[in-house]
Amino acid sequence: MKYLTEYRDPRLARALLDEIAATVTRPWTIMEICGGQTHAIMRHGLDQLLPDAITLVHGPGCPVCVTPLETIDRALAIATRPEVIFTSYGDMLRVPGSADDLLRVKSRGGDVRMVYSPLEAIRLARENSDREVVFLAVGFETTAPGNAMALKQAVDTGLTNYSQLSSQVLVPAAMAAILAAPDNRVQGFLAAGHVCTVMGIREYLPLAERFGVPIVPTGFEPVDILRGILQTVRMLERGEHGVVNQYGRAVRDDGNSAARAVMHDVYAVCDRKWRGLGMIPRSGLDVREELAAFDAGKKFRVTDIVPAEPEVCIAGQILRGLKKPPECPAFGTDCTPMHPLGATMVSSEGACAAYHSYARKGLS
Amino acid sequence: MCLAIPGKIIARFEESGLPMAEIDFAGARNRACLSYTPEAEVGDYVLVHAGFALQTLNEDEARASLIELSRLSSLMAADAESESGS
Amino acid sequence: MNDRAKFQGLNCPLPFLNHDTVQLAHGAGGRLSAELIEKMILPRFSSAELDCLEDQAVLDLPPGRVAFSTDTFVVDPIFFPGGDIGDLAVNGTVNDVAMSGAEPLVLSVGLVLEEGLPLADLHRILCSMERAARAAGVRMVTGDTKVVGRGSCDRIFINTSGLGVIPAGVSLSASSLQPGDAVLVSGTLGDHGMAVMSRREGLSFAADIRSDTAALNPLVRALLDGGAAVRALRDPTRGGLATTLNEFAAASRVGIELNEDAIPVRDEVRGACEILGIDPLCVANEGKLVAVVAGRDAETALATLLRHPLGSEARIIGRVLDTHPGLVVMRTALGAERIVDMPLGEQLPRIC
Repeated sequence: MKYLTEYRDPRLARALLDEIAATVTRPWTIMEICGGQTHAIMRHGLDQLLPDAITLVHGPGCPVCVTPLETIDRALAIATRPEVIFTSYGDMLRVPGSADDLLRVKSRGGDVRMVYSPLEAIRLARENSDREVVFLAVGFETTAPGNAMALKQAVDTGLTNYSQLSSQVLVPAAMAAILAAPDNRVQGFLAAGHVCTVMGIREYLPLAERFGVPIVPTGFEPVDILRGILQTVRMLERGEHGVVNQYGRAVRDDGNSAARAVMHDVYAVCDRKWRGLGMIPRSGLDVREELAAFDAGKKFRVTDIVPAEPEVCIAGQILRGLKKPPECPAFGTDCTPMHPLGATMVSSEGACAAYHSYARKGLS
Repeated sequence: MCLAIPGKIIARFEESGLPMAEIDFAGARNRACLSYTPEAEVGDYVLVHAGFALQTLNEDEARASLIELSRLSSLMAADAESESGS
Repeated sequence: MNDRAKFQGLNCPLPFLNHDTVQLAHGAGGRLSAELIEKMILPRFSSAELDCLEDQAVLDLPPGRVAFSTDTFVVDPIFFPGGDIGDLAVNGTVNDVAMSGAEPLVLSVGLVLEEGLPLADLHRILCSMERAARAAGVRMVTGDTKVVGRGSCDRIFINTSGLGVIPAGVSLSASSLQPGDAVLVSGTLGDHGMAVMSRREGLSFAADIRSDTAALNPLVRALLDGGAAVRALRDPTRGGLATTLNEFAAASRVGIELNEDAIPVRDEVRGACEILGIDPLCVANEGKLVAVVAGRDAETALATLLRHPLGSEARIIGRVLDTHPGLVVMRTALGAERIVDMPLGEQLPRIC
């Protein structure tokens, strides 16, 4: 597969690992932002192959994991209504709310449908004019353009039976929150490559400057991730900070301005609560005020939501890179992918789920 | 997040006023919206996420990065070794 | 062209009935029931026992231990590239029986039909079952048909149960694995699950992926006669290879190590899995088997499989260890190790 197989070449990966080992002279803590990168690292066992001096910590780049419990409960309440066709990406279907999940709602008769593309929900709205179609718009900046185009289609064609429940989040604000925390240990970042294809690299420059850290836009295949790590380590060893793109085949400096324009048309930046991290100002996207008719949060008045987070969960510390999943007392016992207690176990991208699937029980 | 994979455009068409493409991934085919990569043509490779092409893949950048990687010292040493050994 | 016309002139013409779809009365036991059974069902499954039309089949089985299996098939969609629910219903139970080393002999068939199911669809499925049974060398000896109201089942559910007799000296079990054994698969993984996924609503992907549904008893026979000491056989259906190997590791309390490079997956299946974010190791197969054999017999077993049309893409994919009992571990292409876990449930396409 072109543009994929080359970046899985064991020979190149081995050479990069050797170069990293030859470059590093002291311990460094590097965070990969994106859940997809966490998944790739665990799946290929990259963390086992890196020199011990490098500690990889896993960031909050899992939009499923960071969706607040209240939002999930709100989604479940809407999905239960008989007039609603509730549509969602596959990722969200098993995520438990305070007491339920979308698949269980479906089993009890709720019309819950999985979609791969957000345009599918628009098609459903056109074909079912007597029903209300609601789309659960989750995602980072990678997914927002597609979600935005669907919403724009609804607006431009005057659909009256379509709305979105937005749980979209933005990366830079989360990175700033992590870096600004007094107990922060992260010294360099692998920035989320696919987020950068949309947003470009410019918005990371002030962050790199302000906090004096290297931020390296990085891809998702083993060779890409190792390239990103090598670049980050080189900069750390030299005491350099800044943004250096290591995913040039997909990331332009300016990203994709057409995508950002449509996002801007329908969404506005808002403060957003991140599950496990708390409220981060200007870290989310909401449907614009003037498009309230397409905002499911406003269209469907849902009250009586009292979300209940288990106390034992340390997802917040994991998302900030302060702890690793095996350090949680509930990891693998009370909290497993089968019955997740918190944000980082609910999705296969979450750090705890990835650890549990790929690396538990201390393989030598 | 962001499961996006590179695929080759094998056909373009329009649907509901949006430019769309049939994309090939090693023999499996999927449809994607080209609104964000309107200049992409049949034969180009695009990065597809949730039914949308987000960027065309830059062949020159890819080639340059692979050449750069091939210059990593341990690879060059290994190549030199095998050349002198044969 | 209506469905009736489509089937005229083929080897398997649609019988003439007074209706186009299944009616509640077809399950009520009266004249309409009799018509459905006599005209549509019996002609497809004719056997000495079935033609007696008794309430039960009386069998003269050869001596030996009897392997008995049952399965209910509810796949959606009922027609998919490479087969249909009828193929699965026959091959699935034939294979479950065959994995014990037994030669499958007879099947029972229980049909639950939804009111409104087009009779042309039922006919197509019954013809598939007839063909599959003939290919597997099994006969239907008893059966039952019920009709439920619209909405009470999803078009058609099929239960099949099967019997076979295990030859003397053959004893296969998931608990028989020993450190040093070799793990083989008979061919490419993920074909069936991705073929079905390609017809799923809400997804627009297409691929020339056909279900691999097939009766494996001839392959099992060849393997057992081929000289290798076979410990266990299983067909990795729901949950894929990952589930089967985890079951083996748990039952025998051994570790299993896989070699990622050795696992055979078709390019189109790999591409489809990449698009949807699905792991081919967790995808269902309906015409493949996993065999664990004594380590010294690995090459013999592989050669036997490769010689057979059903095993032409077989590979040795791993081995059994005495370390990390109960865990299945894979050596990645990069030389690291990671656990191969059982999937939680059905693999759902993801965008994250």
